[in-house]
Amino acid sequence: MARERTEAVNESPGKKVSTEPNQVVGVGGYDKKFLLPLLRKMVLIRRFEEKAAQMYGVRKIGGFCHLYNGQEAVAVGSIAALDLTTDYVLTAYRDHGHAIACGMEPRPIMAELFGKVTGSSRGKGGSMHMFDAEKHFLGGNGIVGAQIPMATGVAFTQMYRRKVMGEKAGGVTLCYFGDGAIHQGAFHESLNLASVWKLPAIYIVENNQFGMGTAVKRVSAVEDFAVKATAFDMPGMTLDGMNVLAVYEGIKKAAGLARKDETPVLVDIKTYRYKGHSMSDPAKYRTRDEVESYQEQDPILILKKLMIDAKMLSDAEYKKLDDEVKVIVQDSVDFAESSDQPPLESMYEDIYA
Amino acid sequence: MAETSIRDALNQALDEEMARDERVFLLGEEVGEYNGAYKVTRGLLDKYGAPRVLDTPIAELGFTGLAVGAATVGLRPVVEWMTFNFALLAIDQVINNAAKLRHMSGGQLNVPIVFRGPNGPAEYLSSQHSQALQSLFVHVPGLKVVSFSTPYDAKGILKSAIRDDNPVVLLESEMAYSWTGEVPEEEYLVPLGKADIKRPGSDITLISYSKPVRMVLQVADELAKSGVDAEVIDLRSLRPLDEDAIYESVRKTNRAVVIDESWPVASFGSHVAWLISRNCFDTLDAQVELVSSEDVPMPYNHRMELQVQPTVDKVVAAAKRVLYMEQ
Repeated sequence: MARERTEAVNESPGKKVSTEPNQVVGVGGYDKKFLLPLLRKMVLIRRFEEKAAQMYGVRKIGGFCHLYNGQEAVAVGSIAALDLTTDYVLTAYRDHGHAIACGMEPRPIMAELFGKVTGSSRGKGGSMHMFDAEKHFLGGNGIVGAQIPMATGVAFTQMYRRKVMGEKAGGVTLCYFGDGAIHQGAFHESLNLASVWKLPAIYIVENNQFGMGTAVKRVSAVEDFAVKATAFDMPGMTLDGMNVLAVYEGIKKAAGLARKDETPVLVDIKTYRYKGHSMSDPAKYRTRDEVESYQEQDPILILKKLMIDAKMLSDAEYKKLDDEVKVIVQDSVDFAESSDQPPLESMYEDIYA
Repeated sequence: MAETSIRDALNQALDEEMARDERVFLLGEEVGEYNGAYKVTRGLLDKYGAPRVLDTPIAELGFTGLAVGAATVGLRPVVEWMTFNFALLAIDQVINNAAKLRHMSGGQLNVPIVFRGPNGPAEYLSSQHSQALQSLFVHVPGLKVVSFSTPYDAKGILKSAIRDDNPVVLLESEMAYSWTGEVPEEEYLVPLGKADIKRPGSDITLISYSKPVRMVLQVADELAKSGVDAEVIDLRSLRPLDEDAIYESVRKTNRAVVIDESWPVASFGSHVAWLISRNCFDTLDAQVELVSSEDVPMPYNHRMELQVQPTVDKVVAAAKRVLYMEQ
């Protein structure tokens, strides 16, 4: 039904809405030099999150800790399509993966999880509030959907700098949020503003099919969120979030539209999280079979297999990569462990400029 | 010096700052083609065009959050809320983002932004459109909250607010937009965080801010008829608060009345009264009095709505209580 409705309103080719996930055949013509860093970053995120869970278990990390296992292809594939000298990234509280994909080192991220002074926010932000202003990664937002208006403002600034201040490089802003956030007013208000003012924002629904413990179909009138693009007269697309190349190609295309046609784009990326909503969630609302069926289409295994089939990678090479990543992750734990607690008086700092 | 209304003084401040710095832009409902619901932004769209002056859809959360995001990457937005009553729809972006981003990023991000619009009681507007909501904002570390009661202060404070690198909430008053006063031709700034003695005196300190200051000056005239020399302090800035100015005056007069349009419970006024009790305890000759709004939602009926607010009679009575004078 959704498909028919979509086609009916889709007369303008520039505002095309697709609810069929895009497909990439094999390695899509990419070479090893391009693919290996994607694989490495996904493995780094996976190993980092596994270690974070372990550290949470021994109470080195506290509070809310939302892990990214299973969704790695989304952040890695999409951020690979950016130029972070001019582009920006904002996300919600499941943010370790985006931080790593933007080039943040594991050390300050793990130290932040430990609440240490060497953490990226000097121990004041924690898991939900990773930031690296220099790398154009602006968080790390703990209120569902609150980063969506903010990201719209970053895209607004990109437009403003071009139109008012005569700056050449436009840049685009990627704004990630979960399927739970799409029902917030902030989403609807922002997409309308972005469309009216022609802002280069790419809104990415990381559709892992659960808003905390609530399945999408129980609380949403539609399950394919790309159709919502038509309400704001912007292009909408659907991507396979388990295939990093499908994500990369889709976002490359979306960024091209945003840069050239001065239009925001809404992208529904179908993905799946292996862990509960946060560390305190045993995820009893879904079956082991369901989780296992997704783990069979694991984003890391998919790319690894594609590369092995294309004779770009051997099992031994992969093991070496994995071992190197494990060393980096362990190093981040050692760094966090040996770092100092922030001085108590620093609680009064960083409040006013 | 020219006699200028508060409305025009604010307009001059916006105009001068937009001319000075192209990063300053203005957005809100009806600020452009309509020239502002209260005409504070009159002529600015014609002069600067879009996107420096932007009419927004009625979406307070969306456009307020958009401005917060723009501020984090180098622009200096001025957000007009048509009234503070509608700011409640945007308060998540103010409290959770604007006030917190610097802190939770460990000092990496700044949010240089001004939120402004009419706050507090107006006339015949009933309970959803006639509320003094400043205590909600003052409560939050990370925000600055400032006000004014004269055209001179209005202009100088708005200009300082626009140049400040922090989120600043500027409390205006619908009833005061047409008040006039002297505004110099040459450029000047009024610093944030500094109170101003609007009338020097020696017998009692009357502490207020925003619209009630004018009424409190009438109280001082009234008390003068009874031989009482009242000092009137206009706090101007609620956060940061010029505590020194308050204590210096109270240690001189030994008596204080705080006048605040907020509701009395957990309010800014009750906080100021507590600060005086705590820090001037040894020099006080009487209890500190608080004259606030009555603890009720604002009624439509005019006689009732006037009686809900601090009045000359209420403040005179409170002053006489702390002066141990016959009522």
